[in-house]
Amino acid sequence: MKTANKTVSAERLVKDALEKAKFFADYHIFNFLNEEGALKKAREIDAKIKKGEKVGRLAGVPYALKDNFLSPEGETTASAHILQGFKSPITATAVAKLEAEGAIMIGRANLDAFAHGSSTENSYFGPTSNAFDKTRVAGGSSGGSAVAVALDIVEFATGTDTGGSIRQPASFNGVYGFKPTFGTISRYGVVAMASSTDCIGFFTKTPEDMDLLMSITSGQDSKDLTTLPDYYNDNTGAGSGDSGASSLAPVVTGLASSIAPVVANAPKSPDSCARIGIIKDFDNDSVNPEIRQALKKKCDDLKKKGHKIVELSMPNLKYALAAYYIIVPAEVASNLSRYDGIRYGFRSDKSKDLDALYNNTRNEGFMPENKRRIMIGNFVLSSGFYDAYFLKAAKARTLIIKEYEAAFKKCDFILTPVSPNLAFKIGEKVDDPVSMYLEDVMSVPLNLAGIPGLTVPAGKSKEGLPVGLQLIGPRRSDKSLIEFAKELR
Amino acid sequence: MDVKCEDVRHLASLSDFSLSDQETESLKKDLQGIIKYISQLDELDTKDVEPTYQVFEMENVWRDDEILPQEANREALLALTKEEENHQIKVPKVL
Repeated sequence: MKTANKTVSAERLVKDALEKAKFFADYHIFNFLNEEGALKKAREIDAKIKKGEKVGRLAGVPYALKDNFLSPEGETTASAHILQGFKSPITATAVAKLEAEGAIMIGRANLDAFAHGSSTENSYFGPTSNAFDKTRVAGGSSGGSAVAVALDIVEFATGTDTGGSIRQPASFNGVYGFKPTFGTISRYGVVAMASSTDCIGFFTKTPEDMDLLMSITSGQDSKDLTTLPDYYNDNTGAGSGDSGASSLAPVVTGLASSIAPVVANAPKSPDSCARIGIIKDFDNDSVNPEIRQALKKKCDDLKKKGHKIVELSMPNLKYALAAYYIIVPAEVASNLSRYDGIRYGFRSDKSKDLDALYNNTRNEGFMPENKRRIMIGNFVLSSGFYDAYFLKAAKARTLIIKEYEAAFKKCDFILTPVSPNLAFKIGEKVDDPVSMYLEDVMSVPLNLAGIPGLTVPAGKSKEGLPVGLQLIGPRRSDKSLIEFAKELR
Repeated sequence: MDVKCEDVRHLASLSDFSLSDQETESLKKDLQGIIKYISQLDELDTKDVEPTYQVFEMENVWRDDEILPQEANREALLALTKEEENHQIKVPKVL
């Protein structure tokens, strides 16, 4: 990652990034460009460098912020009409950590409204184009973030991943995209979608940059009580094992290990042999042949390097998508009930009384996909349907977690496609919600299990579209997973 | 399950949406498709399986019940609302 120093100023880095962002304006990557704020910060860093003062590990590095992270710079809209005009008085912990190291936000990146979608077409502000073909989708929901990195506008971008929203757009645009173990990075100040699966992560051009960003942002936060102790930076190994809970900083008390952490017995050095699992249940005609070919080639490369390929049978994974589209809408319905037009954001002015105000604000403020998910959520939670849908899905989730636990007894990591298709045409799937959901069939199982996954670029299709593969590890294997991604280059 | 317009209207009222007839019709089709898809879970044998509601490794995180300094003060929060009077948020009539 290029940082500012005595020869290259932060102002130069920021100006270059802003110029590129404007050059690619027709891709519709950004909802907001932070010109004034970014240049002011750059000049402050340059002044420090000139005086010989210490600067952070990301000094002057321009980045794109997915527009569902709260900060006082610009409006935080989550690409939704209902949040238009919302200027946050608080800063997300992840943003504060990045900026404390000198990173500079040059713009707020487009997404599917409230991160509901797999193409960025559900944005109130319109779709983002793919970096390699303007007629195709960026993927989603973190589409703007992925394209900002792929077009080399910024060094890195933030994302959120509830069911594939980092990994799939990373794959569609040929960059690295990482969804960490659930609870690794604080979610304080990030617009909530589904609390039991939401994760924060990043888009980068190299595994090395990903490692740096993870080491900066991981760790416990008293403002988010679902954060894990900082196992990522714990070199003693204590943080990555069962003993981890006892060695953490005492921010929280009353720890109980309801789910035993699974530890990667991954190779310590790239020279040693790793066992890589491939899921035979995913090797069928529903997956684009060029993606299957790319996976096969990577496996051959790994074998040549001395690693072992292990075939896995995971028959319950095919139910993950159905379970996901019950559990996540249920949590969405609950989390999005807070948007009522009263305290912040958009308020419909057509209303005579309070009830009408709620109804009109929510009806005008949400996108059709937001409405579908909220209504499905209220359906699966309704009395009479709760047992048949929500409880059933929660049980399916247990079976999926167990399937991964069994798989990681046979292998160190799993390598799969990220999604069944390459980047599709804008408009191709918008009228068919279920076909859009099927895009997530290989990415959602990780979110249900809370395990980490990294999209690694794996070449291009004949048409020149990026192909990505997904490297998956057990809980808290994040560091060794990113390390192993270097073997896949 | 067969989704009817009245089911859509019921879910819309639970969700606080005032749908137009056209929206109701198009959501009926969409919800029907989604419910058909998620119903495939019926095939899965979940007898004697415990449900999982969260994948966090800890539970019962406690802190002292005391008010700590907050990042945003009352003025900053009230400044976000559309109509304010005497430090109170103004809304249309309730009844």
